[in-house]
Amino acid sequence: MSELMGIYAIWYREFKVFLRERSRVIGSIVTPIMWLVVFGGGLGSSVSISGVGYQTFIFPGILIMSVIFSSIFFGVYIVWDRKIDFLKEVLVAPITRTSMFIGKVLGGATDSLIQSVLLLGVGVLLIGTGTIAGVTLNAFTVLATLGILFIATVGAVSIGLIIGSVMESPQGFQLVGSFLIFPLFFLSGALFPIDNLPAWLAPLNAMDPFTYSVDAVRGVLIGANHFSLFLDLTISSVFSIAMIFIGSYAFKKMKI
Amino acid sequence: MIEMKNLTKRYKKIVAVDNISLDIKEGEIFGLLGPNGAGKTTTLLMLTTLVKPTSGQATVCGISVTKKPDAVRRCIGIVFQDPSSDDILTGYENLKLHGLLYGMPAKLREERIKDVLALVEMTKRKDDLVKKYSGGMRRRLELARGLMHHPKVLFLDEPTLGLDPQSREHTWKYIGKLAREKNITVIITTHYMEEADKLCDRVAIIDAGKIVALGTPAELKKIIGGDVVTLKVKNPNLSRVRKLKYVKKVVRKGDVLSLTVADASGSLPSILKAVGKVEYVEVHSPTLEDVFIHYTGKGIREDSPEGGFFERMIHQRAKR
Repeated sequence: MSELMGIYAIWYREFKVFLRERSRVIGSIVTPIMWLVVFGGGLGSSVSISGVGYQTFIFPGILIMSVIFSSIFFGVYIVWDRKIDFLKEVLVAPITRTSMFIGKVLGGATDSLIQSVLLLGVGVLLIGTGTIAGVTLNAFTVLATLGILFIATVGAVSIGLIIGSVMESPQGFQLVGSFLIFPLFFLSGALFPIDNLPAWLAPLNAMDPFTYSVDAVRGVLIGANHFSLFLDLTISSVFSIAMIFIGSYAFKKMKI
Repeated sequence: MIEMKNLTKRYKKIVAVDNISLDIKEGEIFGLLGPNGAGKTTTLLMLTTLVKPTSGQATVCGISVTKKPDAVRRCIGIVFQDPSSDDILTGYENLKLHGLLYGMPAKLREERIKDVLALVEMTKRKDDLVKKYSGGMRRRLELARGLMHHPKVLFLDEPTLGLDPQSREHTWKYIGKLAREKNITVIITTHYMEEADKLCDRVAIIDAGKIVALGTPAELKKIIGGDVVTLKVKNPNLSRVRKLKYVKKVVRKGDVLSLTVADASGSLPSILKAVGKVEYVEVHSPTLEDVFIHYTGKGIREDSPEGGFFERMIHQRAKR
């Protein structure tokens, strides 16, 4: 019972901070919108994939992109916690490191899902103006999408927190974070179809856990999935659960 | 309430805490005094389960800090040297967070928050963001937080560092009041000697990771065995001063002599005659500061302020 309260405590704090730092939210959805509207619009004027416009095609990928970026960078806040000494207050509290980790993951996942909801709102606008056609947004697809995004964000926040638990400076985090984020994003097939990949790229794409999240969301929103939804969900879930275990272990080893 | 047995912490080549054994009784206000890097903070971190001892044992509330750290954490409260509240939250939110972390049900939590806010006179400012607080207010909030879950043992690491004299006095007043009223055992590190003297039942002086003196402030001051006479003299005649029978001890630092003298008022004229051309002279009854110099050979505030380079370096190492 008190462990649940501890998890809630950590989440409560992250959520309050999130609400106070609105610039975080705005900043984190601007980049995905730029990709969708400018990059997608530019390339989309001459390219269409799987029978839909390019912007429509990358819309699911952009949702995952926003999840990967904001979730992994969420890990930097643990570095800040250590810097402002807030981490000590949590570490001397009688809750286990696992609860602390899960609270943080849920906090990061909440941030990331709120951004996803905003992006889905942007999607509704774009459908309304006819920019993206062929995306099915209804109560069911939205909920299913958020479910898939939740699984993905749990894995991605865990990656960020694991890096954050061993980093001493925000700059160091930035460096290592970027090293991971870009390959994870580019290899996931967020921006291209994965049906006919060259031989060197196909295995890299298959190894990226977010490939399966992109594929699942693509399946739900535009019906253009490469793998079965079952396979997508199994692989993403196994990946995220594994990350929770590794992350809890990393938190146990974490020093003040 | 607290027992340390051969407690040792080694960071690579540095021995931060060297074989400390110490018993602290229930309800006692206990002071840990020492120069920078003496190992006070490291000792505190080990007792609060944040750092693992290299060897030796310690129990807090009768529970081993290495075997059951979670249980130890439940019975202690801590106010760290550096503020550890979240400054983007309000005072109230920091306390609520604390209550949740310690598993307090809503009703109890709200009651306690009200109590501790009143205790540190922060009720009016509870809904302001912590970043808008002054240093003193922030300390008081942290003190309130450390007390909120009714710990049996309260650790305070330099609780008044960097505060103005008035807030410092306030803080000490609260600590004294609390310890007496709620029978909390308090362990304090400080380098404000006059405050340690006023507040602590017993003090231990730590130097280079070892306890060099232990006792009540009165007992320790007695060890000096007389009054302290400080003189500023160019080229003092040390051999003549040493021959005087009243003079028990002579410490020289450049032009400044510090003498321990059995009967200062009676013996001062002969000392002045013997020592040479005196620029100034000052006589006082022994303070803990003198005891400190007696044992460690240096003043407590000689180096950089507490948490200076050396102590930071040790903790930097601890992080790796």
